[in-house]
Amino acid sequence: MALRSVRHYPGFAGVAVLCLTILYVPLIVVMIYSFNASTSITNWGGFSLRWYGEVFTGPDAPRFKAAAWNSLTIAVLASGISTVIATAAALAMLRAGAFRGRSLTFALINLPLMVPEIVIAVSTLIFFTMISFQTGYLTILIAHITFCIPFAYLPIAARLQGIDGSYEAAARDLYATRAQAFFLVLLPLMAPGVISGALLAFIISLDDFIITNFVKGAGMETLPTAIYGSVKQGIKPGIMAISTMMLAVSILFVTLSYLINRKGRPVTSG
Amino acid sequence: MAGPGTNAPQGEASFRNIRVQLLLPTWAMIGIFLLLPVLLMAVYSFLTKEMRGGVIWEFSLAAYDQFFVNRGLFGDEPATLEWTYIAVFWRSIVQALVATALCLAIGFPTAWFIATRPVATRGVWLFLITVPYWVNLLIRTVSLRFLIRENGPLNEGLLALGVISEPLAMINTNFAVQLGLFYSYLPFMVLPIYAAVERYNFALSEAAADLYASRWTTLREIVLPIVKPGIIAGCLLVFVPSLGAFLAPNLLGGAKNFMIGSLIEEQFKKSLGNWPFGAAVSMILMSLVLILLLLYARNASKSEVR
Repeated sequence: MALRSVRHYPGFAGVAVLCLTILYVPLIVVMIYSFNASTSITNWGGFSLRWYGEVFTGPDAPRFKAAAWNSLTIAVLASGISTVIATAAALAMLRAGAFRGRSLTFALINLPLMVPEIVIAVSTLIFFTMISFQTGYLTILIAHITFCIPFAYLPIAARLQGIDGSYEAAARDLYATRAQAFFLVLLPLMAPGVISGALLAFIISLDDFIITNFVKGAGMETLPTAIYGSVKQGIKPGIMAISTMMLAVSILFVTLSYLINRKGRPVTSG
Repeated sequence: MAGPGTNAPQGEASFRNIRVQLLLPTWAMIGIFLLLPVLLMAVYSFLTKEMRGGVIWEFSLAAYDQFFVNRGLFGDEPATLEWTYIAVFWRSIVQALVATALCLAIGFPTAWFIATRPVATRGVWLFLITVPYWVNLLIRTVSLRFLIRENGPLNEGLLALGVISEPLAMINTNFAVQLGLFYSYLPFMVLPIYAAVERYNFALSEAAADLYASRWTTLREIVLPIVKPGIIAGCLLVFVPSLGAFLAPNLLGGAKNFMIGSLIEEQFKKSLGNWPFGAAVSMILMSLVLILLLLYARNASKSEVR
């Protein structure tokens, strides 16, 4: 009884419910209105999938298709490459003993989290302009790989920290080469962290607007910049359909990552 | 001879002799494509602007002069402090502070509530809190704009319920920006506070209750000092991105309520920009943020020593 009362504060449950309501209502409203049959975004005209049809066949379809393709390929490449880089960094930081410059390297890895996004955007644009590097797909990709590294690093390092060194030591004692010990023993143990890191990097890349907007150059669009461009002229129902589809992708990813993490947990404790 | 290294020397340091090769990609990527550009930006802020965007390589303090000094319309009056840009910074700081306060007011009770659930339900709550963070920020901001606009669902709903007789003007106000920032970064407040409350030893609260402290006295005198690191981390995680935010002020605030992010962005638009000035404003923003982070790091290490 006493235990319960010190944990309970009147009103806190209400605030928690309010918190969830605030977080979800805007998303649910847009989701509902994306199925609105009416051309007006104000009135409800019955259920319809017409805006989803228009996304794929309407006049804006080629632009959004190209943007979606760019977003997707950049996110796949950026998350893949940054995950490999971050995994290597995590091994060097946690499995290579103490070394000079370790804390400096740690600061460098976290630099993209400490510098405000708009400042990263400005400085990257200045850099590419100065070395006369044509802005476009490649500059977006480079910028994304760079700022995805810490997001991939954090879950990977957290996972690696919880894995005892004796596993690799045992493998080496049994005459495994270092590569074998890594790929056959350590990497499978690290897998949940590596996958979480890659998923997080993927979402972060897909999410980015500001930095992409600065370094994309003329004529190049990703989904966020294309959506931003059309939203500036008012919210059209097609945008809500695209938003709902992106919402579905995000929720699929977070659910995947949640399940992977849950599955990975017993290994850490055992 | 202590530490984990002694138990399994091979495993703990098995990558020692290829350390440099493993770190090289990280050093190269972040070093060349972030650290170097930031340093370059610092240099740019001291250059002369070129009329059609870009710079002339000539040292100049014009950018900082434009930010801080007012010489009148024709530049011939005695120099006084220029308020235009300081006011933009001030507005951004106030907006970010209000958003942080809102996040704390909602985030603390929520985090406390989640941390006091049975372990099985905690996971579900945390999952629900983190899902919006994974949803595209632009889409979340657009959704909010759709919801609170003049004849949007929120106004229509309140009208239909008879709560209000005229649509509330929410969009393009200061409040809309604060709401947008609050909505963008709320999960950042909940998670670190949750982590702190989860580690809190509730026996302390029971001891306080046994000594006739009221619930709220216990909260103020015992709980808050202990979970303070989590609260500070949460506030920082909300305040810092809010300060340089671009989407919320742009899509929700309208032309009157722009913040630092928009001021910087404007300087890099094709023909009417001023790159050195944009670089200088970015430098000032970054310095503010780094000072905050340094203060935080110093405080954190101090309390660790204790």
